[in-house]
Amino acid sequence: MIIRILSRTAFYLVLAVGLFYILFPFYWMIVNSLKPSAELFATPLSYWPRQLTLDNYRAVLADGSFVRSIFNSFVVAGGATILSLALSSMAAYALARFRFAGKQATLYIILGMSTFPQIAVLGGLFTLARALGIYNTYWALILSYMIFTLPFCVWVLTSFIKEIPDTLDEAATIDGASAWQILWKVIIPLAGPGLVATGLLSFINAWNEFLFALTLTADNQARTVPVAVALFSGQSEHELPWGKITAASTVVTVPVVLLALMFQKRIVEGLTSGAVKG
Amino acid sequence: MILFKRAETLAGTHARTAVLFLAPTFLVLAAVGLYPLSRTIWLSFTDANFFSDEVRFVWFDNYLDLHANADWWAALYNTVFFAVASVALQVVLGIAFAMVLNVNFAGRKFARAANLIPLVIALTVASQLWKWMYHDVFGVVNDALLRLGLIQDPVAWLNNPNTALWAIIAMSTWKFVPFVTLLVLASLQGIPKELYEAAEIDGAGPIARFWRVTLPLLKDAIAVVVVFRMLDALRVFDIVYVMTGNSPATVTISMYARQQMIEFGLVGAGSAASVEIFLLIILGTMIYMRMLKVEDR
Repeated sequence: MIIRILSRTAFYLVLAVGLFYILFPFYWMIVNSLKPSAELFATPLSYWPRQLTLDNYRAVLADGSFVRSIFNSFVVAGGATILSLALSSMAAYALARFRFAGKQATLYIILGMSTFPQIAVLGGLFTLARALGIYNTYWALILSYMIFTLPFCVWVLTSFIKEIPDTLDEAATIDGASAWQILWKVIIPLAGPGLVATGLLSFINAWNEFLFALTLTADNQARTVPVAVALFSGQSEHELPWGKITAASTVVTVPVVLLALMFQKRIVEGLTSGAVKG
Repeated sequence: MILFKRAETLAGTHARTAVLFLAPTFLVLAAVGLYPLSRTIWLSFTDANFFSDEVRFVWFDNYLDLHANADWWAALYNTVFFAVASVALQVVLGIAFAMVLNVNFAGRKFARAANLIPLVIALTVASQLWKWMYHDVFGVVNDALLRLGLIQDPVAWLNNPNTALWAIIAMSTWKFVPFVTLLVLASLQGIPKELYEAAEIDGAGPIARFWRVTLPLLKDAIAVVVVFRMLDALRVFDIVYVMTGNSPATVTISMYARQQMIEFGLVGAGSAASVEIFLLIILGTMIYMRMLKVEDR
């Protein structure tokens, strides 16, 4: 009996502490973004805003370079994701359905690239982007992002396609359909939910990328959201515009969180197979 | 005989189709991955820099200089310390939270959804947020600790060399515990209930059931998560760059390499550091792949 009570208490304690730890920073971000700066910079802090204001949001949305960075992020993350999905559906179909020499090695390379250190290509990419004249353009980021979005899409889509029963493609083969036709007319429509989940995760990964975005861009012509948020600055190091930063953080985070919650089941599947499903 | 021949040509067609379907992916990966990588390796043997166009081949000079540089070793120490401490915390807390979320209770759906939030927030955004929470005057961490009487004076968490790395570890733990929780939860759900029932009949209490049933069955999954998270933690860049900049107390190997290359313009020296990071990660990746047993796919 005592053990029962103890374990129930321990259970709710871990649950409460865990949820608080996970959710509090998120709550703090939103609450602070709604405070006027007089309240933001006053001790003791208010844990519930005494006065709500949208001033910080107005300041963020009036900031042309921040709005531009959101647009840039859409172009870059969207471009890398669409290209990766197109190429990876072909590759994943081949890996999920065909037996061929070198398949093992291919899978190893694709998986190995998921832990690829970006810093290892940074110097090469930087000098290359300058030599090709694509430094500080969308292409520099879209192409370099495919280093991680493409292997990720191949890996996750392969496991999604494997779950589709192959009786349908066998039937189509007997009807004389080519592999190309089977891919686009049978597999892709059936893999729809998997494609959405894969695309979403790839988009989130590209949207959040920082090292390449920081190094391969120079100004807001191609600068993306993570760089814009990281480089927000005020008059001096000690006067960062925290109200604006929390508002900007909320603006770029809330849509991603909503998307993740909408597609929760698929996202969890994608994340799990992306990392460990052997 | 005829059947055999048909099977053979079918296999031949399959192989040809596979090559065709994989070719675009491989071409792109070679162009954006392999080519810049080989360029980095080549640059690491030269004195390439932003200040002159003349590039000399210097053999292993960059590597020797790197190994003679105390800053590099300090960065390596910071990185390994960060990786070991943060992954250990993530795994312990992640398992605890997964055990809780595996129980049926009202609000479990909500808790599982909440678990996804830190995972999808951009690392730089999360880092800025935590930097604000760690603020020495207006930060919530100081405010809460002062109110609770746990500290007497506000602490400059990120400026104090004794606390900076730990502050970063706490932030990274927050960001990645949900990832461990997610993966451990997935394998917990694969453990048959009968095993627990059998253990209970044998008189095993909840603690014994955890150590004797749950943990041994989770062992493989946990090992994979540890290596995967370690490989990510050893590459850490975003968090540290945003939270403490180039402060020597927290600088990591990736930051060191980028600083040499881009900020100091010493492309050759920075590339040598990058290549060493690459070798370190490749070694870890080989361990990771052995654990996953790709051949069973």
